[in-house]
Amino acid sequence: MGYPHPSHPKETPVLSKHFGDEGARTFDGWVQRGGYAALRKALEMTPEAIVEEVKGSGLRGRGGAGFPTGLKWSFMPKGDGKPHYLVCNADESEPGTFKDREIMRWTPHQLIEGCAIAAYAIGAERCYVYIRGEFTEPLRVMQSAVAEAYARGALGADVFGSGKRIDVVIHRGAGAYICGEETAMMNSIEGRRGNPRIKPPFPAQAGLFAMPTTINNVETLASVPHILNRGGAWYKGLCLGNPKSTGTKLISVCGHVQRPGNYEITMGTSMTELLFDMCGGMKPGRTLKAVIPGGSSVPIMTAAETESCLLDYEGVVACGSMLGSAGMIVMDDSTDMVYQIWRLARFYAHESCAQCTQCREGTAWTTKILERILAGKGKPSDLDLLLSLSENMTGKTICVLSDSCAAPIVSGIQKFRPEFDAYLSGARQPALAMA
Amino acid sequence: MSGTTHGHADAPHAPVFTGIVRARLEALFPQYPTKQACLLPALWMVQEDRGWISEPAMAEVADVLGLTPAYVKGVVTFYTMYHTHPVGRHFIQICTTSPCNLCGAEAVMGALLRDTGCGELGATSPDGRFTVAEVECLGACGFATPIMINDDFIESVTPERVAGILQGYK
Repeated sequence: MGYPHPSHPKETPVLSKHFGDEGARTFDGWVQRGGYAALRKALEMTPEAIVEEVKGSGLRGRGGAGFPTGLKWSFMPKGDGKPHYLVCNADESEPGTFKDREIMRWTPHQLIEGCAIAAYAIGAERCYVYIRGEFTEPLRVMQSAVAEAYARGALGADVFGSGKRIDVVIHRGAGAYICGEETAMMNSIEGRRGNPRIKPPFPAQAGLFAMPTTINNVETLASVPHILNRGGAWYKGLCLGNPKSTGTKLISVCGHVQRPGNYEITMGTSMTELLFDMCGGMKPGRTLKAVIPGGSSVPIMTAAETESCLLDYEGVVACGSMLGSAGMIVMDDSTDMVYQIWRLARFYAHESCAQCTQCREGTAWTTKILERILAGKGKPSDLDLLLSLSENMTGKTICVLSDSCAAPIVSGIQKFRPEFDAYLSGARQPALAMA
Repeated sequence: MSGTTHGHADAPHAPVFTGIVRARLEALFPQYPTKQACLLPALWMVQEDRGWISEPAMAEVADVLGLTPAYVKGVVTFYTMYHTHPVGRHFIQICTTSPCNLCGAEAVMGALLRDTGCGELGATSPDGRFTVAEVECLGACGFATPIMINDDFIESVTPERVAGILQGYK
């Protein structure tokens, strides 16, 4: 299948195999497609054996950080007698990223199965799935799938007769990008403002409700049943580039391509193949100008930088950016880069939790300075000012929201400076009227 | 879906957490180790019932969960989806963040403001039918431009589609 397009021959559909297939949404439909075999298998294994299998697969966190999943699970204390929690991060809010939404709305049981296996592996009896408030359809689909999983014994006090308890609770967010940051998410579940927490303590020591907690992204957890079914070695073998990046990755592509959508590629596939073969390239008469490859929080790549880029964690870094959550924002030659960078800065200014000065002030002032430039009222010193502000916004705050605002600004000025200069010199007409 | 029910800012507060709503909230208590953790769900229940969250409603939530009204207000105002003022029967959110912006979201926003009669962002149309808000990333960037009307998520909206879509919301 595939959604919104049938899977392209160059894709490797594992997670997305049943996207667009209404029949996969029900418990029976999922079982008919091989579902819940992995959970049954997991319940016969020891938690340690599951962690080893996942370690062996090379699976890394799909939310953006790329931290090895099995290793993260192994940080959870053993025999401490405290309740442990699993949190599934379904707050997908990074501009450019829309993959977790499709996993939840087409294959909810794929995610529930992954949650149940992970919960068992880390010694947790309860998993909270934090779904962003705007995802009303995924929320409804997940709620009914969870109810069905309880009714059919895949969740509850005695999962599939194993004597093990696993509960899944759906928790709805209420509109705050920052709640996708793991410690902010824990605060939000606890009924607090979504302010990130200082680390340490790390979640595995003292996380949700001050108990040992593991937080994994939707795509990460949805990958786990496949790893248990087919083996860590199989997953590790899905690799066309750097051996440290294994498996498949859902890439969300949006912006100026012919066929935006989600594409599931084997790690190490070339960006050119993705953009021009799978997505059909740019609209007629247009050429590629820039790509923000990892959700909006990573440096912008020029068209030239994309040419040799391999889509895995190391490959994108080698070309000057990061894979992040793999939400690719594609811009053609009609794009006003200054305007788009301003629009991104405005996003971060709106979403700053305002806890740290560098972020609260920095995101607001960079937005105002960019606005002034776009209104034709910029000063020659503004670009240096933006770079200096960005430096003060990087690596100095509790979380990385501030760094994320600086990334497109710094890379934008470095790589598209003539466009800024055109506004500053008056060669380009103002794009904004200004206060 | 139909619009939410609506109160006025100066109407006396009739309690939300009675009968079935109270029972729904209490059913959540065993799912969390603290009552405080039920705050976001409780606020959603208020908004579903009343269309927005007034200060007396915040005080009621505080009372039910053993918190202070000031604390509850601090949480309510952190999250953009909670309304602290009455809004139109149909609350419209439009995404204009970069990916949608690249695909023409600003023109969709213009059509929404015109065809709803709202005229400007945050304003309610004179007939009380609509309020339009510009929001950041709705998480459907491949389906630009997405809008939400109440709980309905509508993908790939163009300026031409706006009038027809609005006809479904009386």
